Amino acid sequence: MTTAFTLNGRKVAAASDADTPLLWVLRDELGLTGTKYGCGVAQCGACTVHVDGSTRRACVTPLGSVAGRAVTTIEGAAAAHGTPGRVARALQQAWTELDVPQCGFCQSGQIMAATVLVAAIADPSDADINAAMAGNICRCATYLRIRQGIRLAASRLREQR
Amino acid sequence: MIRADRRQVLSGTGALLVAALLPLPGRVRAAALSRNFEPNAFVRIDADGLVTVVIKAVEFGQGAATGLATLVAEELDADWDKVRFEFAPNDDKRYANLRMGTMAVGGSTTMASAWLQMRKAGAAARAMLVDAAAARWGVAAAQISTERGVAQAGRHRAHYGELALAAARLPVPEDPPLKSPERFRLIGKVAPRRDSACKSDGSARFAMDVRHDGMVHAVMAHPPAFGARMATYDAAAALAVPGVRKVAPADAGVAVYADSMAAALGGRKALAVTWDHTGAETRDSQALEAEALRLAALPGFAVVDTGPFPATLPTGARVVEGQFVLPYLAHAPMEPLNATLRLRDGRLDVWAGSQFQVLEPAAMAEELGVAADKVTLHQCYAGGSFGRRATPGREFGHQAGKVCAAWGGPEAVKFLWTREDDLTGGFYRPMMVHKVRAAIGADGTILGWDHRMAGQSIVAGTPFEAGARKRGYDKLMVEGADEIGYRVPARRLGVSELPSRIPVNWWRSVGASHTGYVVEAMIDRLLAGVGIDLVQGRLALMEDERGRTVVRRAAEIAGWSGPRREGRALGFAYVKSFGTYVAQVAEVSRGKDGSPRVHKVWCAVDCGLPINPDNIRAQVEGGIGFAVGHALHAEIVLGEGGRVMQTNFDRYPSLRIGDMPEVEVAIIASGADPSGIGEPPVPPLAPAIASAWRQLTGMAIERLPFARAIREARA
Repeated sequence: MTTAFTLNGRKVAAASDADTPLLWVLRDELGLTGTKYGCGVAQCGACTVHVDGSTRRACVTPLGSVAGRAVTTIEGAAAAHGTPGRVARALQQAWTELDVPQCGFCQSGQIMAATVLVAAIADPSDADINAAMAGNICRCATYLRIRQGIRLAASRLREQR
Repeated sequence: MIRADRRQVLSGTGALLVAALLPLPGRVRAAALSRNFEPNAFVRIDADGLVTVVIKAVEFGQGAATGLATLVAEELDADWDKVRFEFAPNDDKRYANLRMGTMAVGGSTTMASAWLQMRKAGAAARAMLVDAAAARWGVAAAQISTERGVAQAGRHRAHYGELALAAARLPVPEDPPLKSPERFRLIGKVAPRRDSACKSDGSARFAMDVRHDGMVHAVMAHPPAFGARMATYDAAAALAVPGVRKVAPADAGVAVYADSMAAALGGRKALAVTWDHTGAETRDSQALEAEALRLAALPGFAVVDTGPFPATLPTGARVVEGQFVLPYLAHAPMEPLNATLRLRDGRLDVWAGSQFQVLEPAAMAEELGVAADKVTLHQCYAGGSFGRRATPGREFGHQAGKVCAAWGGPEAVKFLWTREDDLTGGFYRPMMVHKVRAAIGADGTILGWDHRMAGQSIVAGTPFEAGARKRGYDKLMVEGADEIGYRVPARRLGVSELPSRIPVNWWRSVGASHTGYVVEAMIDRLLAGVGIDLVQGRLALMEDERGRTVVRRAAEIAGWSGPRREGRALGFAYVKSFGTYVAQVAEVSRGKDGSPRVHKVWCAVDCGLPINPDNIRAQVEGGIGFAVGHALHAEIVLGEGGRVMQTNFDRYPSLRIGDMPEVEVAIIASGADPSGIGEPPVPPLAPAIASAWRQLTGMAIERLPFARAIREARA
């Protein structure tokens, strides 16, 4: 019994049990290790992915719950169609220019969370950023540059329109 | 001087390699042409001109890889856009931290210890490229200039890749001249991190991301109290979990092996284990604190004694007493401890983000009966450390070795500590208590200072003990309290050790993480007690000009002498640690939850010649955020039977984006040799908040975290 879903634009079928957390299915069965384990209990956001365009903590998302749905991970974020892909590319560009990451382990999750934010709100306020990013811990505390990165990417995307 | 016998050639690759340890007088490198040539080098240039710098330090966010590459690239006159790095293998002969004698990152020493070594490696490579160009063009070496990866003389011009093969056949110069600082093009300028892109698209490889065909995933059921051991176990239910392949005793617990991490975790959940608590630490935090306070009341080992507390004090003098309790703290790096080990054909391969790249794999090899020269480390990025990845006893390495040994097969074994294992597994910043009694004259002169402290020694019982205990006490416990930056004529410092089986370890800024708080909180209250300005009062007590400069500069950028904003106070603190001078001003108000809200921090730092200013700013920002999060909310508490109460980020709260203060950094343009920047921004922050909080509320915070102290004061 496999679970079929769309992963980064491609149809896949995962053989893990339906109650297996999506995080381990992605990392161990499907070989996509950009999505990170940090806590296992939806406290740190390192495992943030998109399911049908919304953020989800893969560590508490049973594989069965994504059957027939579209999952995007950090590996597929930049290549995603339309706005999400455009936003992810702008964020990755800004992250690189501003040297946002330090250890980098949480940054996949940060980018995935920020992508949904900027796709929904073209000019996010501080409060918007705080609300959208509150679930993503960075133990290196790169939060100032995460905020700057979101701002820079959002302003460039607004100029492009 | 050039000596032919020090020639090094990497045959057949068209690459130029320069010896790692320059100079090594009299040493002949005869094996240069052998097929077994080892990567004993720091810099490699390929035919396309791509420069690869071999990085001997673990990269866990502090920017060491970019920093070390910058030093090489500077002297090489490389094109920064063509510089890449790779991590060195386990090899102390070539890659030891020169201050430690083994591959290690600690004490914020990476740049300070490799500053000249890496530049010489780059300078030697440049000299060889220039010599190759000189020979090719028939001009004198002195006529050749180099810039951004290109050598030039008149109409002759070649990029480094074109010269690499010829340069590789030339002798390595023994003592290549180094640039004078005014010629620096990268040092002190802009050299963007080389690992930002791969850390933004998920492609950076951390140890946890390592995959092998047939790999086995392992976790352990760890003892529920420190020093407890497995008594009995029943593997039946665990083995019934699909994907679980084996259950076996390992170290003090039981290891579960499975086809996937999910199955291993499921197996561990199903496992039935009983524990033997004989000899375990069963005291709770309250009992440990009471014992530490009892010990701190004793004179303890006399670390400093320059005179007794004055029997009589002049008119107008004030005495301030404080009893401080600083809690156990976990490092909780974002990537929990893990490693992948593969024992095959008598050889051990290890994939890890190791902070002790030789000692840790050697510990693994020891458990597997493998000779030290048959172990190869494949170093990965490490997802943070803050001290956690380097334990003197190499406990994680030994445990991983035991877990691999108990598996017994040739498959790669990926061994993971979950977040719960991480937070409940010890190696904390030890709880420390300090009792201080100090006196200040009406003119701001400190008249006496009696200081006693107690807590667990980090090095007691470890291989590092002899070095740290040279004078009879553990230097790491008292650093920052033994030498203080203020003039105090009569001072006594005594230290007592609290024996416990709770594993403790260095935590970002080590001793200064608690001594900095206590000394600065006392200075703050002393100066305030006699109505002296916190900046002017400090300056009057300080002699070190570099310290005075950061104090003045922090005050200046914070607008210290100007008006305060409504409802906000500015707190001040200054701590020198690891040779780096840091002063901070924290703007604080009462938050909605009754705890301090830190709006902005101004920080002046002198870490010697600034190698990468943007990375210094990044470390200051991150260090401040790390300090704020812990100071306000974090502590590890032992409950009934010695069980740790904080099992995940829900109960060990981390700073989140909404609580991150603005940070403004002033870097002093220092000409001194570089010192560290990873740790020094941490210690001043908590006392700066305390200073502001005292001004806002009149409350002296003597217990961290702030949230608990404030909650208890209300109750």
